[in-house]
Amino acid sequence: MSYINKPKVAHPSLPTNTLGMTRRQYEGSMSTLCAGCGHDSVTAAIIEACWGLSMRPEQLVKLSGIGCSSKTTAYFVSGSHGFNSVHGRMPSIASGANAANRRLTYVGVSGDGDSLSIGIGQLVHAIRRNVNMLYLIENNGVYGLTKGQFSASADIGTKAKRGDVNSSPPIDPVLLALTLGATFVARSFSGDKAQLVPLIQAGLRHNGFALIDVLSPCVTFNDHEGSTKSYTFTREHYHPAVEADFVPRAEEIAVDYAAGESIPVSLHDGSRVILRKLDPTYDPTDRSAAYSYIETKLKKNEYVTGLIHIDETDSTEFHNLNRTAQAPLNGIPYEKLSPGSAALDKLMARYR
Amino acid sequence: MPGVIANRVNDFVVKFANVNGTGSASANSLVMKAIFRMGVPVTGKNYFPSNIQGLPTWYEIRVTRDAYAARAALVDIMVAMNAETYSRDVRELSSGGYLIYDSTWPRSSVLQRGDITVIGVPLAKLVNENFDGVRNRILLKNIAYAGVLAALIDVDLEVISGLLTESYGKKPKLLDSNTKALRLGYDYVKTNLTSPLPLRVEHMDKTRGHIMIDGNTAAGLGCVYAGATVGAWYPITPSTSLMDAFKGFCERYRVDPQTGERNFAVLQAEDELAAVGMVLGASWNGARAFTPTSGPGVSLMNEFVGLGYYAEVPCVIFDVQRVGPSTGMPTRTQQSDIMLCAYASHGDTRHVLLFPANPEECFYMAVQAFDVAERLQTPVFVLSDLDIGMNDWMCPDLKWDDAYRPDRGKILSQEELAGLEKFYRYVDRDDDAITYRTLPGTSSKGAYFTRGSGHNQYGAYTEDSAEYQFVLDRLKRKFANAPKYLPKPVLVGKGGSDVGIVSLGSCDGAIREALDILGRQKIDADYLRVKAFPFNGDVETFLKSHSTIFVVEQNRDAQLKSLLTLETAVEKSKLHSILSYSGFPMSADPIVNGIRAKLAEAPRLTAVPRKV
Repeated sequence: MSYINKPKVAHPSLPTNTLGMTRRQYEGSMSTLCAGCGHDSVTAAIIEACWGLSMRPEQLVKLSGIGCSSKTTAYFVSGSHGFNSVHGRMPSIASGANAANRRLTYVGVSGDGDSLSIGIGQLVHAIRRNVNMLYLIENNGVYGLTKGQFSASADIGTKAKRGDVNSSPPIDPVLLALTLGATFVARSFSGDKAQLVPLIQAGLRHNGFALIDVLSPCVTFNDHEGSTKSYTFTREHYHPAVEADFVPRAEEIAVDYAAGESIPVSLHDGSRVILRKLDPTYDPTDRSAAYSYIETKLKKNEYVTGLIHIDETDSTEFHNLNRTAQAPLNGIPYEKLSPGSAALDKLMARYR
Repeated sequence: MPGVIANRVNDFVVKFANVNGTGSASANSLVMKAIFRMGVPVTGKNYFPSNIQGLPTWYEIRVTRDAYAARAALVDIMVAMNAETYSRDVRELSSGGYLIYDSTWPRSSVLQRGDITVIGVPLAKLVNENFDGVRNRILLKNIAYAGVLAALIDVDLEVISGLLTESYGKKPKLLDSNTKALRLGYDYVKTNLTSPLPLRVEHMDKTRGHIMIDGNTAAGLGCVYAGATVGAWYPITPSTSLMDAFKGFCERYRVDPQTGERNFAVLQAEDELAAVGMVLGASWNGARAFTPTSGPGVSLMNEFVGLGYYAEVPCVIFDVQRVGPSTGMPTRTQQSDIMLCAYASHGDTRHVLLFPANPEECFYMAVQAFDVAERLQTPVFVLSDLDIGMNDWMCPDLKWDDAYRPDRGKILSQEELAGLEKFYRYVDRDDDAITYRTLPGTSSKGAYFTRGSGHNQYGAYTEDSAEYQFVLDRLKRKFANAPKYLPKPVLVGKGGSDVGIVSLGSCDGAIREALDILGRQKIDADYLRVKAFPFNGDVETFLKSHSTIFVVEQNRDAQLKSLLTLETAVEKSKLHSILSYSGFPMSADPIVNGIRAKLAEAPRLTAVPRKV
């Protein structure tokens, strides 16, 4: 780990957001990950995204499971409540927390081991339940804390540091999410902050489950020659298909977009995402087209990145279907929750 | 020659042998409810298979003028409606008992038994002559045997008719056919047979102010009154009806009539791991949340329960116990999860347990469970069982005190946080081992990081031994202080006997009945019913002041006894187990026999002169 204590005093000329807060105020505790870890770049992107959204720290809830990636929730927005739960089970904590208070913004940070092996059942069902949250997978193809075993996202033929070659097919979280009907599916790279930050912002504002698979190389166990999740390999096989620009609510769209190549999508809260198609044949609003496009490229070892699929017309978000009260359930006064003694006395007749 | 049963009014057992999925349950409960409405105490026990349709199922009604809650473990009248189980049903009947069967077809020779009275009624014939449609005939044959039984044991026909009117009042066709079927059976008996039998029902006034309710319904209702807003679960017998009840009551009481908005959320999880995770997430976020489950579910929940204990997150788990180990017998009852729940999860963990003895306590303890979980910030298990959860028990009317307000425990508000110099999650400010928590969304000043990894009192990650132990030692103190928030044990008896009984939960009915029987035999015993774990100091005192102690419980391995020896100073040799683990609710007999046998072998205090 790199360990240089940050200065306690911020420079007065640091830029502030509309809340008057600097980026420094969105940071967390010092990272204990290895120097150069992709995850730290994702942390930086989350900080940038939250600062850019002028999000009140107490409005954010950070959730994670166990693993290197799951540690990172401690490294951003220290003014938010965080819950580092058990291995692979963050989605259930998030589902329950979200059920209790629909007004807060939930971000879950997980890894490929946490999400695609031990926790795949919970991930799948959180998508199916369409919990309103942003779910980031920091995907590096290996288990770091246990010293470099392959994870379920390791590609066939990829080589471990100690020489083993993986022969089991990988589970791709993007294809998985598309199959399950997720309404916001993206892929990015920890080394591409310009792409990642607006994706995180859009994901936080999406009403429903938003998944971003972030290729985030492990410098210690999976950054060598022969690895398909190294920085070098990822940069060489990186294929941005749709870039997304995030335009906050009440802000004018300032850039001119070429007609036919950009698609504006309005999000639930009034903000917008402008999808810029780098491949003109690609349609991110067509789920099955997106699926076959990604699959074809994956076969050629190309990681398609960007906002792969978005559907803002969907209304299956958990609270919508449940018809939950608009006010958070955890704040409803007891007087409104208890039917009272008269109702109980009346009810007794049913049991005589 | 049939044996003779003396005239017994309001004190006998009727058992119905049916095929499941044929709609017999409504006919059986019709009879039970009618007797209850005649003011006569009853219990209803359902012995059903883990199956949807086609397997044998039994329903047992104990008519008990003394209002005993336990199973009687004998059968006076068998309504044998399942050809497949005829022979064993006949065998089970007490000498002098009555067998009612469908005489439409010839009776098999296995039905021969000299010491019982056989009553044949051509039920299928009567029903087929009067009704059309296969399904209709199957259903109405049940009502017809209810009519037969009503005539034989003198159940007030007007009371039954009243019940039918309540059920089918808005469906006149159904009311007509059911009434007609009832009369078919009733009139056949009146015309062709001698009635009533010496075993019969007479009006009493002992059910006023009482209801017939099952524990899962009562617990689900308790969750509504506790102010629970989030329920998460994975379906498992025998706990499913608890969530069904909660949902049903919420749809009645928690939906805004104008907007249709619901003040509750029920999450059907993908498994029990997720169910308890959702409860922890919701409770951490300030909602009262719970999950109903049974043994296999608790096994799966272990890891998360440890997180709840260590990170100090409230959590309410209803374990409606069934027969283990493994899948066991899902539709039979047991108290075999006591040890599992007391120490669930790896590492040094221990949990608060509540032991309701009947549906009434399920209601009140459900409320208490949330108060305790939030006060102590820890998982709380309510250990019910299938007998309490799914059978109908006679209980006093449930009452509610409108002055009740939930004890949300130590939660800091925005204002309270503003007044603090700095907030630390696990600092013991009040020296009661219970620390303050904050809810997400309150203020960034109250933000903290919840983790199951090693943490110090400030909530920060630690691998420092002293810091780690400091928190772990406080958790131990918190647990030791827990009894003051928990229900006290119940003492039955004067407390002066040398002989003591310690038990818990649904053994209560059988023990109280056994005490009556023993009392008539001049054997005096004190009985202490434990209502919670960790044990109250009164338990220690009781164990100290009795020299021979019987620990009555429904499992093979004497789990309550184990817990007593681990958690109190009692000498192991003083404790004698009386165990029932057949899967059927406990009856008084094994308790009476066990105590008598043990006391008989005990060395007498005064020397008895030998014969020379």
